[in-house]
Amino acid sequence: MNDMTPEKKTGALTKWSRRGFIGAGVLAGGGLLIGIGVRPGNPIGELAPKLVGAEGEQLVNSWVKIGVDNVVTAIVPHCEMGQGAHSVLAQMLADELDADWSKVEVMQAPTDGTYVMTDTARMFVAPFTLNAADWIEPTWNGLFTQISKALDVMITGGSSSIRTTGQGQMRVAGAAARKMLVGAAADAWGVPASEIETRDSMLYHKASGKSATYGEFASAAAEQTMDQTPTLKDPSQYRLIGKSKARTDIPSKVNGTAEFGMDAAPEGLSVSYAATIRPPAPGTRVASMDTTQAKEMSGVLQILNMGDFVAVVADSYWQAQQALNTVDVQWTQSESAIKSTADQFNAYAKALDEAGATGGDVAASKGDTQAALSSAVTTLEAEYKAPYLAHAPMEPINCTAHVMDGKCDVWTSTQVPLTVRSALSEATGIAKDDITVHHPYLGGSFGRRLEAVYAVMAARIAQATGYPVKSIWSREEDTQKALYRPAELSRFKAGLDESGSLVAYDNIFTHRDDPKEASVPGIYSIPNTSVRVAEAERYLPFAAWRSVDHSQHGWFIESFIDEAAHAAGQDPYEYRLAMLKDAPRHAAVLKKVAEISDWSAPRAEGTAKGIAIVESFGTIVAQVIEVDMSSGKPKMLNVWAVCDAGFVVNPDGFRNQIEGGIVFGLTAAMYGELDLVDGGIKQSNFHDYKMLRMNETPDITVEIINSGDVPTGGAGEPGLPPAAPALTNAIFAATGKRLRELPIAKQFA
Amino acid sequence: MAKFILNGQPVEVDADPAMPILWVVREKLGFNGTKFGCGIAQCGACTVHLDGQPVRSCSTPVSAAEGSEVTTIEGIAGPEGELSALQKAWISEQVPQCGYCQSGQLMSASALLRDNPTPSDADIDAAMSGNVCRCGTYTRIRRAIKVASGQLEPRTEEA
Repeated sequence: MNDMTPEKKTGALTKWSRRGFIGAGVLAGGGLLIGIGVRPGNPIGELAPKLVGAEGEQLVNSWVKIGVDNVVTAIVPHCEMGQGAHSVLAQMLADELDADWSKVEVMQAPTDGTYVMTDTARMFVAPFTLNAADWIEPTWNGLFTQISKALDVMITGGSSSIRTTGQGQMRVAGAAARKMLVGAAADAWGVPASEIETRDSMLYHKASGKSATYGEFASAAAEQTMDQTPTLKDPSQYRLIGKSKARTDIPSKVNGTAEFGMDAAPEGLSVSYAATIRPPAPGTRVASMDTTQAKEMSGVLQILNMGDFVAVVADSYWQAQQALNTVDVQWTQSESAIKSTADQFNAYAKALDEAGATGGDVAASKGDTQAALSSAVTTLEAEYKAPYLAHAPMEPINCTAHVMDGKCDVWTSTQVPLTVRSALSEATGIAKDDITVHHPYLGGSFGRRLEAVYAVMAARIAQATGYPVKSIWSREEDTQKALYRPAELSRFKAGLDESGSLVAYDNIFTHRDDPKEASVPGIYSIPNTSVRVAEAERYLPFAAWRSVDHSQHGWFIESFIDEAAHAAGQDPYEYRLAMLKDAPRHAAVLKKVAEISDWSAPRAEGTAKGIAIVESFGTIVAQVIEVDMSSGKPKMLNVWAVCDAGFVVNPDGFRNQIEGGIVFGLTAAMYGELDLVDGGIKQSNFHDYKMLRMNETPDITVEIINSGDVPTGGAGEPGLPPAAPALTNAIFAATGKRLRELPIAKQFA
Repeated sequence: MAKFILNGQPVEVDADPAMPILWVVREKLGFNGTKFGCGIAQCGACTVHLDGQPVRSCSTPVSAAEGSEVTTIEGIAGPEGELSALQKAWISEQVPQCGYCQSGQLMSASALLRDNPTPSDADIDAAMSGNVCRCGTYTRIRRAIKVASGQLEPRTEEA
């Protein structure tokens, strides 16, 4: 049930809090525990025993513990993959709680149905979507549809943790806890609660001179009546929110002690190591294998034909991989007619040809585009191609699995621990309650670890061998046997009037995944718009890849808008600004980036600047990139980025994410490409699937505009989409060469 | 039996002489700070020092370390665990995102600073371009190296 219809969207935070339920209880050994439930009834009675391992079914999405030792522990359901969510979510909770940040700890929530996000997630997140324009509404629909499809999803993705869990749960739990602590102290001291002040995990009553730590009142606070709708702080009252507090996970990441999935070393378990190989073509299987040489090799314990893959288990991963390299595996043939990159784009072109000038499914429509095109003074057309891409996180895919006596434990880096648990249950026949998914830090992900297949493979191996196994994929396997950012073909037509204004915009392309609005030029005022999709066979399986559809469409749209500006003989910044007349936040972001990049200044010899603006995941980002073409090859000098995410909780952490998104986007733009050859992927490792490196990375300046008082937008993805078009637009400005396919580097080789 | 000095301590380990140092220190000796990234010396996540020189441990056999000194990320802090100037700068500049490549980045950077206490941008490029950071923290790594070498002031928390 979802009653968040538009007319009811007022005061939704209050509404949500009333519909949800905040519960409190006493921890074993003292202390206060606060959880936020999503259905009536106090969940804490059942939750508290869970801390010592009991089972239950109550839905609780986040909690805070306050120990008698005055340590505040934020228990965070999201995973930490470098985006800083663990630390910043704790920061939000601690601010409302008036906690001493130096005594705040972060705990990864266990993989348990307790933390499930079901289709009620819409209710949780609704407050942050309230101010979104209607055209971005499909993002939210898409997100919740996905969540609803799986009944037990804990997901970290969609640049959503801070503006959903942080805004709606961590802050509420912190504020409620603070009020209970104050209430307990007021009772004990016999003074009005209104006279008690809180600061740095301490309670103070000025008139009587009394003071106490939170820890001293933690147990008594649990007996207090809980305010179901605690008042959240006004921005003027923030002590931590809005500050660049240092991230709590970073110290362990500079001394080698941070534990990633790859580092899992379960106590008391002696693990063996598995190397695996999957078929080169999706959907094919093992036809036969010759293990003559491998089985004689040192350290080899078992060689397994698992049907859909082959595994060598050995005393060390290196021995397993060495042996696997000698196994001659024959695979069944793919039934797809697509064998090469050319085949793939031919299939796309055919679908677009068949759809014609007006066919396909409508993604967005306004006015009469066909009529406007035929009456336009100037028309232009362009076709853009984007290649398949891999995520290539630094930590290769891995999972340690122990399957014994009807129980299954896995240790793995994942964005979706409950999805992994369900998949393991299905694959092993072991009940979900008997499966434990431990998920330490992720060594990068970017969408890569939204699937469960590698954990299932590890558990199947462990089940087959009967002993614990750490399964590690080679870099080559992860490059060639994963899920991928789709290749895509997109065709545009534009019509300009006598003043050069864009009066007709027509676009048809081959896939529409998520977010649904990514392909819609919704920020611009264009009177006649037709956006259509003609689905075509996609050879490689789909993955959400950092910024998802925005990664292709941000580049397509912002390149074509640039083409229109040049066709109109106008400055590409001024041209965009004129079309943002009904979008004041976007216009402010664009103006600011022009200002800090000194857009109007004359260009130095051989250099040029390009500009682009994309709103994605609720955050508006404009970028200017300066490129030096004097050597005949692009050298990136500077990137200036201006971002409006409403309100940024941790400015330095936000900037770090935007910087990372820019480098990720520029890496793809310069080098990213997977070619299909004979039905398999040609690229295999970092020598031919290249990454941007230190010497190629431009200086990056990120500025933040806080136009609101709550986070409305994300940080992890929005930095990426404008990077590629700002770069190719700069290259056009320098050379007159319009790049309509990626990657860039090989076009200047 | 391979014999070498690991972070100042002599070790003896039963390993195939061809086995890369990476897997010996991780699987046989339990030092997990050194990371597997690519296996072909293309990403630098596995960087350790072999007799003071940065090497890619995924592609260096343990036989090459016989009788030599191997230093991993676990060996660059002081004897009481006090952080090096580089590690402190990595914290002040909030360099890591996922952190997986950072052991290797720090090992490359520490070799650079030992030989060149005030590296220029070009020196940093030359020493650090063998290390991939997929999260894209390069601009912060550069800044942290300059902070550690006294060329820039550290960031403050309210920035």
